[in-house]
Amino acid sequence: MALIDLANPTRFVALVERVLPWLVAATLIAFAFGLWGAYLAPDDYQQGATVKIMFIHVPNAWLSMFVWATMSAAALGTLVWRHPLADVAAKCAAPIGAAFTFLALATGSLWGRPMWGTYWVWDARLTSELVLFIMYLALIALWRTVDDPSRAGRAAAVLTLVGAINLPIIKFSVDWWNTLHQPASVFRVGGPAIDWSMLMPLLVMAIAFTLLFVTLHLAAMRNEIMRRRVRTLMLIQAERAA
Amino acid sequence: MTALSALFARDARIAIRVGGGAMMGVLFFLTVVTLVPFAIGPDLALLRRIGPAILWLGALLSSLLALDRLFANDHEDGSLDLILMARPPLELVVVTKALAHWVTTGLPLVVASPVLGLFLNLEPAALSATGLTLLIGTPALTFIGVIGAALATALRRGGLLLPVLVLPLTVPVLIFGVAATNAAVVGPVPFGAPFTILCALTLISSVIGPFAAAATLRYGME
Repeated sequence: MALIDLANPTRFVALVERVLPWLVAATLIAFAFGLWGAYLAPDDYQQGATVKIMFIHVPNAWLSMFVWATMSAAALGTLVWRHPLADVAAKCAAPIGAAFTFLALATGSLWGRPMWGTYWVWDARLTSELVLFIMYLALIALWRTVDDPSRAGRAAAVLTLVGAINLPIIKFSVDWWNTLHQPASVFRVGGPAIDWSMLMPLLVMAIAFTLLFVTLHLAAMRNEIMRRRVRTLMLIQAERAA
Repeated sequence: MTALSALFARDARIAIRVGGGAMMGVLFFLTVVTLVPFAIGPDLALLRRIGPAILWLGALLSSLLALDRLFANDHEDGSLDLILMARPPLELVVVTKALAHWVTTGLPLVVASPVLGLFLNLEPAALSATGLTLLIGTPALTFIGVIGAALATALRRGGLLLPVLVLPLTVPVLIFGVAATNAAVVGPVPFGAPFTILCALTLISSVIGPFAAAATLRYGME
């Protein structure tokens, strides 16, 4: 089934209804495995049991950026191919991405209290994550300003792409500005720096959170399609009554 | 070319005349800088240390002030539709309008910054460094701002939304503007490194901004 076949909302909703139960099951299983692995994972020799926050914190931080990438792809779909469901996808991803970003910030803050002795430091990675959070909220605010979805969709698509170009620049400048956070230790030249016993549950948790995102996103897209249908029906009804 | 220069002259003239609001940004800049000592106290040593940051922050906020007029007025009186249908490419039109906007609102901020710097007890080296970085950096703020102005116009109501959309994108300009100024005054980083990155940011935004704004106007006005 090609992507263009899914342009028909009815067909898309039917597909979502079919795959959603399987996705929910897969998400639950992945979370069960991931949490179990995180429970069994050894404590860190310096950080003790608090290192387990990592299994929630790191996947959320990954997804906070992954969701923006998804929205950028959807924005291209809106502007280039005029795919009718692309702006639905972009609109529904924004609140989920904001939630992941918030969770990454909140768990990082809780982790920072025992480790750095403070809830917040103006360190490079925290700060660029905070800017990302603000941009998610700005994008949601833009969606909520306009009642016509297709007009808001094109404007939001431009802003999403501008954000996709600017976010690496912001990240680079904030890195330049200040660095205290430990540098990335999973994806780097020369292989991961964390032990396999911790890396394995971390990867499973990353898969679990990604599945969670896909599940929530598809369900939210279905709801948004229904919401737009209700809106159209109400507009027709109001016109008739007038 | 004549069409674009005519547009430039028109925009500049409208901004300078009654109701244009070109000087409003400078007045706002003066007010913000005046408010700072009330908040942190009249400690001249402290003001000297954070002076460049205050000037940059004030210029950043002041440059937002007149942004929503950039396309909104043209949209209200219908001339935006004519501009959209005109022969010059919309991207170049946006560049022209942005330059006219910068000359009437950004350049006065740069000119005013040494005077305001005296209030903040800045030494001559810091005054010239702030002026230079603002001269290079404020065009970037305008070019990023045109995206927000175009979005606000395309969405019909975005006056409140505009600063929220624009400000996060200006983070790099602020960082390197202040970093270059501080490097010139206290070091230890050489002035060249952050300053050339600031120049790069201005060049990048002079490309991204007009294209994004033109796309927004084209899609938004359909």
